[in-house]
Amino acid sequence: MFAYIVRRLLWAVVLLFLLSVITFSIFYLVPRLVGASPETLATRYVGRAATPETVHLTAERLGFLDPVPVQYWNWVKGIFIGAEYDYGSGVEECPAPCLGYSFITRQAVWPELLDRAPVTISLVVGASLIWLVAGVSVGVISALRRGSVFDRAAMGTALAGVSLPIFFTGLIALAFFSYKLRITAPGGQFVPFNENPALWAYSLLLPWITLAFLFSAQYARLTRAGMLETMGEDYIRTARAKGLQERTVILKHALRGALTPVLTIFGLDVGLLLGGAVLTEKTFSLNGLGKYGYDAIVQGDLPKILGVTLVAGFFVIIANLIVDLLYGVIDPRVRLE
Amino acid sequence: MSAPAQPAAADAEQDSNLIIVEDLIKHFPIRAGLLRRQVGAVQAVDGVNFAVKKRETFSIVGESGCGKSTTARLLTRLLEATAGKVTFEGRDITHLKDAQLRPLRRDMQMIFQDPYSSLNPRHTVGKIVGAPFRIQGVSPPGGVKKAVQDLLAAVGLNPEHYNRYPHEFSGGQRQRIGIARTLALRPRLIVADEPVSALDVSIQAQVLNLLEDLQEEFDLTYVIIAHDLSVVRYVSDRVAVMYLGKIVELADAEALYSTPMHPYTVALMSAVPVPDTRRRQQRERILLSGDVPSPIKPPPACRFHTRCWKAQEICRTKEPPLVELVPRHQVACHFPENYPPNEAADLR
Amino acid sequence: MTTSALRDLVSRHPGHADEQPFLEVVDLRVHFPTDDGLVKSVDGLSFALDRGRTLGIVGESGSGKSVTSLAIMGLHTRPASEQTRPGARLSGEIYLDGDELLGKTPEYVRRLRGKRMAMIFQDPLSAMNPYYTVGHQIIEAYRIHNPVNKKVARKHAIDMLGRVGIPEPGSRVDAYPHQFSGGMRQRAMIAMALSCDPDLLIADEPTTALDVTVQAQILDLIRDLQSEFNSAVVLITHDLGVVAELADDVLVMYAGRAMEYGGADQLFNRPAHPYTWGLLGSMPRFDRPREERLLAIKGTPPSLINVPSGCPFHPRCSYAARNHGRSEEVRPELDPVEPGHMVACHLTKIEREAIWEHEIAPKL
Repeated sequence: MFAYIVRRLLWAVVLLFLLSVITFSIFYLVPRLVGASPETLATRYVGRAATPETVHLTAERLGFLDPVPVQYWNWVKGIFIGAEYDYGSGVEECPAPCLGYSFITRQAVWPELLDRAPVTISLVVGASLIWLVAGVSVGVISALRRGSVFDRAAMGTALAGVSLPIFFTGLIALAFFSYKLRITAPGGQFVPFNENPALWAYSLLLPWITLAFLFSAQYARLTRAGMLETMGEDYIRTARAKGLQERTVILKHALRGALTPVLTIFGLDVGLLLGGAVLTEKTFSLNGLGKYGYDAIVQGDLPKILGVTLVAGFFVIIANLIVDLLYGVIDPRVRLE
Repeated sequence: MSAPAQPAAADAEQDSNLIIVEDLIKHFPIRAGLLRRQVGAVQAVDGVNFAVKKRETFSIVGESGCGKSTTARLLTRLLEATAGKVTFEGRDITHLKDAQLRPLRRDMQMIFQDPYSSLNPRHTVGKIVGAPFRIQGVSPPGGVKKAVQDLLAAVGLNPEHYNRYPHEFSGGQRQRIGIARTLALRPRLIVADEPVSALDVSIQAQVLNLLEDLQEEFDLTYVIIAHDLSVVRYVSDRVAVMYLGKIVELADAEALYSTPMHPYTVALMSAVPVPDTRRRQQRERILLSGDVPSPIKPPPACRFHTRCWKAQEICRTKEPPLVELVPRHQVACHFPENYPPNEAADLR
Repeated sequence: MTTSALRDLVSRHPGHADEQPFLEVVDLRVHFPTDDGLVKSVDGLSFALDRGRTLGIVGESGSGKSVTSLAIMGLHTRPASEQTRPGARLSGEIYLDGDELLGKTPEYVRRLRGKRMAMIFQDPLSAMNPYYTVGHQIIEAYRIHNPVNKKVARKHAIDMLGRVGIPEPGSRVDAYPHQFSGGMRQRAMIAMALSCDPDLLIADEPTTALDVTVQAQILDLIRDLQSEFNSAVVLITHDLGVVAELADDVLVMYAGRAMEYGGADQLFNRPAHPYTWGLLGSMPRFDRPREERLLAIKGTPPSLINVPSGCPFHPRCSYAARNHGRSEEVRPELDPVEPGHMVACHLTKIEREAIWEHEIAPKL
């Protein structure tokens, strides 16, 4: 087991390294390979009327003239010990962990990310708890009452939930609950948890439910399939033959096997969303990581894009790691391998 | 060291052997730890020698984990041996490459245990049975369809079922479909791994009888892998008993069953339940204690000594070689049963 | 078959003349509605069994033997309301110690399960929950029916593991099922089934998944424990050898019905039904000289949706033609051929004995 954990941890480190190389390459190496000069990259950071000399100077200051590996090295160094950027009009400090420095907004990326992260984390944690509880409960009941009215209604709704995009359901929900009925907060509001927990929940309620609706649909289907499979296992028959009550059979014996795949997907989904629930944040005008990344892309702000991509990848890799380790806890056959 | 069935193997003897196995070894590595280093090996097959004559039925019997199925897969080169040699019709096939194996696949075929999973559910019976022709690029006289229908008839299926799908057939019929497919290219050797153990008793008998008829009709040599001692005795000319990767006894079926010499064989036979209540009381049962030890760390010297009631010090220190104690009867034991033979006759 | 005939069978054993047998199944039917039609898995089955005795139920796949055992245990999913959901339709009577079970509520039967009647299954690996330790599963079984604390239950579990021959039960109790060998798992399964000292033990193919030397150990264990606990045992198997090893009485099933029912000695020495002959003739025997050829039963087992009319075995029976069409039209009742030995066949006693003596027995 110890070797298993260490091996997984090492793998995570390797993956993070690969991730940084790949993201860096996409933004700084690939354009060069397809023919862009350092100056072309630098044009984004100067005014439209800039002279070729200005552009060249900017490219030099930004380090675009260095060989790409050196650029990568400087970038990684920035993450660990910080960096300084000379923007011509003075040296800008970018303390560690320096994920880059936006030359458009003249801000270091990391503090901005830190600022945005609570929004995304609040959104994802709340929504994920809702969809986990709702999806699993609906899935279990559907499986136990296969073919019943409840099952058919639930699975029909689930199909709708899976197929409807969030900007559709989200906008409908906003129009109905926030603007017509006025029972939920309108979009664009976020109150930090430590300021006022009640307002925090109120402001996020509608995004939570909308996002959870999309995901609970998948989880209900997944749980239902898992339950149908485990309910057919021989050990369920054994549990009944012992005289266990049906609720014990279901909650203790069947659900545990059915939940293993659900938890795997859950870990990955949460990891993915923590990097930015782009559509949800955009729909509800929440300034989270997703919207941050979206805006960065629209503006072509490379350091920001790079930073948010790296953070998103980090979340996915960590989520993967946690899922792998959880597997050992959940399934003794993995643990004692 | 290479001593197949007969030590005094003359050239004529060699000629009549279809397949010869010498010192065959298959170890599956076990990796563990941080660097996935090999920390051990499952010694699935560990030094096996035998030869199968043309047109004979040679069976390998043993309990789960004894290496019988691995041996079957080594013979047909579904697995590659760790060491040793397999000679088929005078040709060393131990380390042939895939491309070189292809023509060999015509001559040796395999029948598997599970008639459900070994047939593609999306293909018609005609397509399944005709597949070997297509794969090997053979065009039989009269066309593939005619050949397939002949094969279906040969295994006792209605040739008109050509266009049906596997799920429309019962387990026994599916096993017949599988057999028809193996016969398509007129193989010389058929290796059958538990061919009837998934079938009901009444169907089992039909398939066993069929295998026997086909042997006559198609001049087949069988290697049959089975755990059921009754089935093995019924079908076999010669039988090898395996325990933890080694052959412990090899003899003609009649001799093996009437005068088993290895204590393991004796115990195995005494454990088989017999459908006769009169024998319930009389029968002297030898109950082996415990389970088969792990093939990862088999006991030293004689691998059976941990469960053997006759084991003595020598069994723990010196491995008994497989020797021909009486003509055509090889056994690997320091203290064989029913030996010398006349004493055994007295006991009976 | 009438109840009195059943009583008659059981009453052969001294001391039970007029008492109701411990387990009695009368005219049991288990039908499953499906899209393709009604599957008649068990269709009019009756038998009886006393404490301390073993009944072997023999049959091939689809004969209804496992469906019967699940019916006794009350483990079939029955429709909650009329015709709404798929499930088993059961009728007939099942008496356990005089208590009719089919008419009882599921909750009533649940309380009996594990306590008065217990079951062991074919594949002990899949029949035990991989997520919990062996000890946990035994403790769970014990504590449902006995109000004791965990410590006492754990001690009992270790005790039971020791009694079924598991070495070092004190440490093995905390192992997971996959850490046991096949034989040890089946022992643990037996320990679990016997943890509440049930009066009835149903063993469904208990040794089919095991190696032959381990099978012998487990059969011995079941035999020893039965005499120790004086329980009634129903042994379900396809293997006539296993039945001969353990059973006092034997019931041969085909297409959900009883073909032959009698004492083990009678059934093995004087089998009376052509299907039983077929089963015996299909088995290679190594206690006899080697057969030239097996006497296979022709054809394949019937569909349980379209069970052949009359005697369900008639399409595969070599002797059906002798009954002038009666086998195709009239369903034969289970009738006595000798005390305690019954057969459902249209052949007359004289015909049957002649066929057995001259055609079958010499070839077996």
